[in-house]
Amino acid sequence: MHTLRVIWAIFSKDMRVEWRHRETLASMSIFGVLVVFLFNFAFEPAREETLRLLPGLLWVAFAFAGVLGFNRSFAAERENAAFEGMRLAPVDPGAIYLGKMLANLFFLGIAEVIVVFAASLWYNFSFVPVLGRFALITFLCTLGYVAVGTTFGAIAANTRMREVMLPVLQFPVAVPIFIAGVEASTGALKGDPLGDYAGWIKLAAGFSVVFVVLSYLLFEYVLEE
Amino acid sequence: MPLDTARVRPTLELRGVSKQFSDLRALSDVCLRIEPGDSVLLYGPNGAGKTTLLRVLSTLARPTEGQVLFAGADVQRNLAAAKAAIGFISHTTFLYGELSARENLEFTGRLFGLPNLQQRMDAVLDLFRLRERAKTPVRELSRGYQQRASLARAFLHDPQFLLLDEPFTGLDAASAESLQELLQRLPEQGKALVFSTHNFDQGTAIAQRLVALEGGRVRFDGPLSLAPLPALRITAQGKEIRKSE
Repeated sequence: MHTLRVIWAIFSKDMRVEWRHRETLASMSIFGVLVVFLFNFAFEPAREETLRLLPGLLWVAFAFAGVLGFNRSFAAERENAAFEGMRLAPVDPGAIYLGKMLANLFFLGIAEVIVVFAASLWYNFSFVPVLGRFALITFLCTLGYVAVGTTFGAIAANTRMREVMLPVLQFPVAVPIFIAGVEASTGALKGDPLGDYAGWIKLAAGFSVVFVVLSYLLFEYVLEE
Repeated sequence: MPLDTARVRPTLELRGVSKQFSDLRALSDVCLRIEPGDSVLLYGPNGAGKTTLLRVLSTLARPTEGQVLFAGADVQRNLAAAKAAIGFISHTTFLYGELSARENLEFTGRLFGLPNLQQRMDAVLDLFRLRERAKTPVRELSRGYQQRASLARAFLHDPQFLLLDEPFTGLDAASAESLQELLQRLPEQGKALVFSTHNFDQGTAIAQRLVALEGGRVRFDGPLSLAPLPALRITAQGKEIRKSE
């Protein structure tokens, strides 16, 4: 019970900090929308090409918005060594991980909604007919990505070139989730039968479970000085 | 199985502790035992290892060699109980700049699972005279107020061991005097205090025991009255004697 209260305390603390300075969500959303916007000029896809390019474009936008978010999440913890203040408390390191992960998942989820809305306007594409499946795929893949990003964000926070180190560390590990996200999203947006891309959804779910559990168990070693 | 700290007399101990950072040996074979009622002044020149020693005692840093013991057992065996018994302040405040002092205390209290949190918060806010600035974001507070908020954070959970790294930094004369009186009362309350300060006179007014560090090694550990100050290169006024003298 105490663990759940700690997770909630960390999550609500991150919400409160973000409400005060409003930098993380704004920068993630604007960056993601800019990626979508620039791709529109770079490729000028014809209508029939939109379905082919859109999933990859969205996941590129989500990936880089996520990097921004993970870096900003731990920037707030580095200020005044606030993260060490958490480590001084008698809490399970895994609970710290889950609290930070849930906060990152919330921020990235909001940013993704904004990016998808922008993409639907620019590419004149309606997600409504496939919203349920697309939302499930996006949630599962985002969960896996945030599980990895939160862990590597904590590791990179203690390095000198953290803005560069984070994507260098996390993208190779997160590649399977991006592939699953693009393939499953393509199938969903094209309206293909679920069975055609169910394997990718299972991969995303399995990846997410494995990395959430692994990160929960190993986070105390990430925190060690 | 967690230790029954209600029955076991809580002590904090370093046994043969060394701490290596790349090519810097910050601590070498340090043995130190802190018991309730101790009031220890940690003194030494810059780079002596005072901050590292306090970080190892606080469990924020792990030793490269040796053991940290809490209530006679390895601290890793009962880390939660050890952390619940320790209050630590350092050169940084451990506070979130966007949150107010009260919000930071509330967050800390929830991490520690403290009952009667509002009463505890009010008590430490009054103790460190922070009430009137309790709702101001920490980043907007002066250095002195930030230090007081950091101290309030360390005292919130009523720890048995207070590990304070230069607690007087940034405090005005009135706040420093008030803190000095508070620290002087800790031993009679059954708590242990280990603190460092560059003001030797201030330190000796509070502490009963001196631990002198130099080059990461303990050069003296004993009652202040028995400390060989000239041998430790400390004059009666608390100044270092330069080697040429």
